[in-house]
Amino acid sequence: MTVIQKKAVNPIAHLSAEDIEIIGKELDAIRDRVLADRGERDARYIRKVVKTQRTLEMSSRAVLLFSLFPPAWLVGTAGLTVAKILENMEIGHNVLHGQWDWMRDPKIHSTTWEWDHVSPADQWKQSHNELHHRYTNVVGKDNDLGYGIMRVDEDQPWHPMHLGQPLWNLLNAAFFEYGIAAYDMELGDHLKQRKLKDPTFRAKARAVGRKIRRQVLKDYVVHPLLSGPSFLSTLAATFTANLLRNVWSHSVIMCGHFPNGVETFEKTSIEGETRGEWYLRQMLGSANISGSRLLHIMTGNLSFQIEHHLFPDLPSNRYQEVAPQVRALFDRYGLRYTTGPLPKQVASAWWKVIRLSLPNRRDSRQPIAPAPLVTSGAA
Amino acid sequence: MTTTASRRPQKVTFRDRLLRLAGAVTTPVLPDDYLDLIAPLRAGAPLRGRIVAVRPQTRDAATLVIQPGRAWQGHTPGQYIRLGVDVDGVRQWRAYSLTSPPDAADGRISVTVKAIPDGKVSNHLVRRIRPGTIVHLDQAQGEFVLPAATPERVLFLTAGSGITPVMGMLRSGLADRADVVLVHSAPTRDDVIFGTELRALAERGALRLVERHTDTDGLLDVAELAALVPDHLDRQTWACGPIGMLDAVEGYWSANDLVERLHTERFRPTVITPGEGGTVTFTGAGVTVESDGATTLLDAGESAGVLMPSGCRMGICFGCVVPLRQGAVRDLRNGDVTTAVPGDGVLVQTCVSAAAGTCDIDL
Repeated sequence: MTVIQKKAVNPIAHLSAEDIEIIGKELDAIRDRVLADRGERDARYIRKVVKTQRTLEMSSRAVLLFSLFPPAWLVGTAGLTVAKILENMEIGHNVLHGQWDWMRDPKIHSTTWEWDHVSPADQWKQSHNELHHRYTNVVGKDNDLGYGIMRVDEDQPWHPMHLGQPLWNLLNAAFFEYGIAAYDMELGDHLKQRKLKDPTFRAKARAVGRKIRRQVLKDYVVHPLLSGPSFLSTLAATFTANLLRNVWSHSVIMCGHFPNGVETFEKTSIEGETRGEWYLRQMLGSANISGSRLLHIMTGNLSFQIEHHLFPDLPSNRYQEVAPQVRALFDRYGLRYTTGPLPKQVASAWWKVIRLSLPNRRDSRQPIAPAPLVTSGAA
Repeated sequence: MTTTASRRPQKVTFRDRLLRLAGAVTTPVLPDDYLDLIAPLRAGAPLRGRIVAVRPQTRDAATLVIQPGRAWQGHTPGQYIRLGVDVDGVRQWRAYSLTSPPDAADGRISVTVKAIPDGKVSNHLVRRIRPGTIVHLDQAQGEFVLPAATPERVLFLTAGSGITPVMGMLRSGLADRADVVLVHSAPTRDDVIFGTELRALAERGALRLVERHTDTDGLLDVAELAALVPDHLDRQTWACGPIGMLDAVEGYWSANDLVERLHTERFRPTVITPGEGGTVTFTGAGVTVESDGATTLLDAGESAGVLMPSGCRMGICFGCVVPLRQGAVRDLRNGDVTTAVPGDGVLVQTCVSAAAGTCDIDL
């Protein structure tokens, strides 16, 4: 039985197994239409974003050489924050997904890219692409559900540690890249099971250590030193830029799977899952953010989290183009397309983190008779 | 030539220190990634070139004049370069003979491209590319060159764009040093690439030009050479053209036991015709398996005991991407075929790709 089927209202009770396969075929057709048309326009887009980001980063850092002068600090810090956000969200995340591999440009390729983040690209690719995108929202399989430190679903067992989770979440937001690095190398599991001497873990830890050293040296030593008398103010500027980038990406990512309306699934529900069922799980397990074109770019088009989860390897600039077709499909099959403006979605996700820091209330879920196994195809 | 390894400890130069500092400033990207934005042709950059001019030659051929980057090491007439150009956003590599003399005063090089029907890259280069475009290059290579001691008597047998490496040789003054006969085939007089230039050379007596217009006169039979160029077997001969012509020429020269006087260039790329399944070789592991058109390369490799990188096994995580050195694979999700020849640098997802012909996987 899936987790969602235990709910008072099962959102897919009205779908037959054939419906689900037809939904899958329609989504395949949307994907194929983009692939057939993918080309020069997309290549121009990503090269323009990369060029803009690099120009912005270097000019902001140049301005910060004079960060003792307050307007220079403000302009430089703002520019560097935007550059770092673009680098992680619209470029790094998406390049590492292989969205641009089709261009066969070794300079913009998932196998060669390294990003401005303390988690080395290959470790992040493994935990994010291979585990999170494959097991999206499967309780106990997808560690993105609360990152192993929080309870974000009623079906995750409560532990007194969860009382502190609003605070953990706040700290995680501020130092998100370090949280991600620890998460990608499965630091928590290895600590708990006292397996810190495991050679694979140690190799990963060494790689993270090297990456942290390079990142810290750049942001907190080299650039401040280059600024001479502005040493301290440049240090404060890069710290601020990293902090703001962390809080921003944390907020965007929380909006992807935690807000109200997003469904979770049980481990057994994905055994023998068909292509259609996999698609359906991505449809129900993700939430979008509505907003302007600028917002979409700054979120790395993760504001189209639903489209991204359906088609993780399509170029990010295409998500907003296919979104109306995807949404129409949701409407036609009576499924809930979860979306909302950023403040609303962030508040909804935070409310869940706060609410679930306490154990479930007894009456929070009506016990209902088991529904037929629609998503397992065994009905 | 021998090389001796230096026994001295590596001296850290000022330049090395500067590069290391620059790397610490720009990490995780390289200083080069920033420099590429402003000076893609600088010394030390991967070899690239800027298209300076595109000159139509015939109705389906054009010459590209290229300003190569500072890393360009020069060439010997007759050699070719591999040129990488983005067509519909995808980097494609092809080989083209250099048609420029090696010592051009402006340092520019040129290649002449003939658009072949349905040729994705050749049509782009002949009809769509614009001056200013940056292209990617490899250093010149190829053995289709004149020996250091110029032979006294030379015969060139060419057809179509097979004239291009020969033009490189003629433009570097060969005709002034040797007695040259050129037998060239093209469909019509207007289709002769460099027709005007060749005829002018012939007019001033620099070479003897035999034009064969195959639309009216039919394909040249190698037996006709005896009448056209009576001393052809006494000449050092360079032949470049379609595969059928080269096969006939090679057969004829070896029948006369004179293969050492014949030099050929098979300028057409290997044509890969996709089929269903094929022989898959994992070159690093030294394993070869027969794989059908429904088995993924990942499954084929794993069942043969090759250590394959893998991830989601459903085409979303890109954890299984490996280089396809050459051959053809089919994407099982939508049937798209990807082909590669050595040097293309094509990477494929093994978990959703099956062999569509013989393939070599670099693993």
